Amino acid sequence: MNNIIGYIFIVIGLLFNLFGSLGLIRLPDVYNRLQAATKCVTLGTCSILLGLFLSRGFSAAGIKAILCAMFILLTSPVSAHALARGAHKSGVKLWDKSVCDKYAEDEKR
Amino acid sequence: MRRLRWWLGLVFLAAAGLLVWLGRIPSLLEWQSLFLKHAFYALFFCGLLCLWRVLKGPTPADRVVAIDILGILVLGFCAILGIATGRDWYIDIGIAWALQSFISTLALAKYLEGRDFDE
Repeated sequence: MNNIIGYIFIVIGLLFNLFGSLGLIRLPDVYNRLQAATKCVTLGTCSILLGLFLSRGFSAAGIKAILCAMFILLTSPVSAHALARGAHKSGVKLWDKSVCDKYAEDEKR
Repeated sequence: MRRLRWWLGLVFLAAAGLLVWLGRIPSLLEWQSLFLKHAFYALFFCGLLCLWRVLKGPTPADRVVAIDILGILVLGFCAILGIATGRDWYIDIGIAWALQSFISTLALAKYLEGRDFDE
């Protein structure tokens, strides 16, 4: 029973990973790609690790999987934010149909 | 010439994956369930999409984003291998890889901003 619930979580995680990678291919801009891919792939990988925890129970691998998921949930937004700031400072243009650019307005002020 | 080498590598990877999937080459790992084998191939497809963005990205920021995403995907690879083969040390590799990927992404972001590494 635990195995089946873990496999269901793994399938959900695989779907999130697939849609995140598809967003990385299809979206038009660095910032759009960054937000789509980072959110989807982080949640998908956390779901896969949760599936490992559910199918293994409280063993060494399960506890390490929960630790790993916590680590990803903490560090992935940090790295995404640093990447967006670096891309904006290195002069990557926004998509021409983008509505507003608050960071440039703050810099100008 | 460099693009030609990229293409050759991509074709080689796709052919190797196809051959393993069709069962011509015996798999190096003993898989305990067929479902996890196909899950591994789905993650492999996600990794190929990320490599396509690394190949085609117009700016360096695109490539760095794709490398970051690939680093998170490898963690999923390690988790699925850990379930499928029944060995616990794959998840240790995943933890080490996550640390390494985070630090390298921060260093590359700092490089994109135009600062030196020793600031």
